[in-house]
Amino acid sequence: MDTCIEKIRAICADLLAKGEVQKVIGFAEGSIPMASRPIAVTSKDDVEKLVFNATCGLNLANYVSDALPKEGKIAVTAKGCDSRNLVTHMVENQVSRDRLYIIGVPCTGMVDKRKIAALFEDEITDFIEEGDTLTIVSAQKKEVVSKKDMLRHNCRMCTHRNPVVFDVMAAEPVAEQSLDQPFADVDQIAAMDPEARWAHFQELTKNCIRCYACRNACPLCYCPTCFVDESSPQWVGKGQDKTDINTFHFLRAFHCAGRCTDCGACVEACPMGINVRDFTRKLNKDALELFGWEAGLDMEKRPPLDVYSPDDPDDFIK
Amino acid sequence: MMGNLLEHVGVERDRLHFSWISSAEATKFVDVVKEISDKVRALDTDKKFAKEYTK
Repeated sequence: MDTCIEKIRAICADLLAKGEVQKVIGFAEGSIPMASRPIAVTSKDDVEKLVFNATCGLNLANYVSDALPKEGKIAVTAKGCDSRNLVTHMVENQVSRDRLYIIGVPCTGMVDKRKIAALFEDEITDFIEEGDTLTIVSAQKKEVVSKKDMLRHNCRMCTHRNPVVFDVMAAEPVAEQSLDQPFADVDQIAAMDPEARWAHFQELTKNCIRCYACRNACPLCYCPTCFVDESSPQWVGKGQDKTDINTFHFLRAFHCAGRCTDCGACVEACPMGINVRDFTRKLNKDALELFGWEAGLDMEKRPPLDVYSPDDPDDFIK
Repeated sequence: MMGNLLEHVGVERDRLHFSWISSAEATKFVDVVKEISDKVRALDTDKKFAKEYTK
């Protein structure tokens, strides 16, 4: 996957030099090892700043509508999930297709940084990715691991690694996975009794500090005023009361119903290591089972909770 | 889907009801409200989404 960065840089330099796009959104090296951050590049001299590796776990679709220039196009490097969120943005009229230049990047998954950090007792000082081999160094030791073993859960469960929409591809498409049990994690929770499920989610969110990083990293959360920030009416309390934490997580998740691409940006962004995907995964499973729907695959269809169809399941209405 | 998610996080499914009642269906409204009240009463007071206030 490392090899395609040269191609990405070349494409971006060319686009910027010709003036076909005003800006490029991509990833840049972060300030510490194993961190990458989103960057908007406006000059071809800066394309060297762009990187693409197994730490680029955020979703760049999140930054497109904010960074969109007044006129002209914006280019964005898109993994499979980013491209699906771009489709969602287009379907939801956040950005139009003709303002976007999508540089598709086939993805073999992003690494779980917490899992890697757990291998070390001290601070990681270097992270080198060569194909499937990751070399991670700290002051005390050096670990060589396979990227496959370190993938994030959502990347292991991913069945759309290749971009679904693109103007140019930065590499050859990669093989897609097929899964026997795409929602084993959801089923595991569902198998518990109600009190155990409640306890599971209480345990899950007990460290939540209400920083809203999960919301901010999510490309679906683009409301001008989020329900948690609204003060008139105030839908949810702003403190650490567990009722407010429950309400926040439940509603944040439900706002993603039928729209979530399971890109994992929410979990990636969480400073407390909360797997907030436990909420959205259930919604994704239901969307698939009730509506045969996976978000962001079709430019012509609106999300299932956005449209009415006579075939919609209605057995819950009495 | 909302009911399913509530159930998934451990909230009793019977606390949430959906019904389609026309403004001309007064008797259906009464029946549905009675049914909901009975079901929720059977579940007892909800503690999960109730805040604990210090006195």
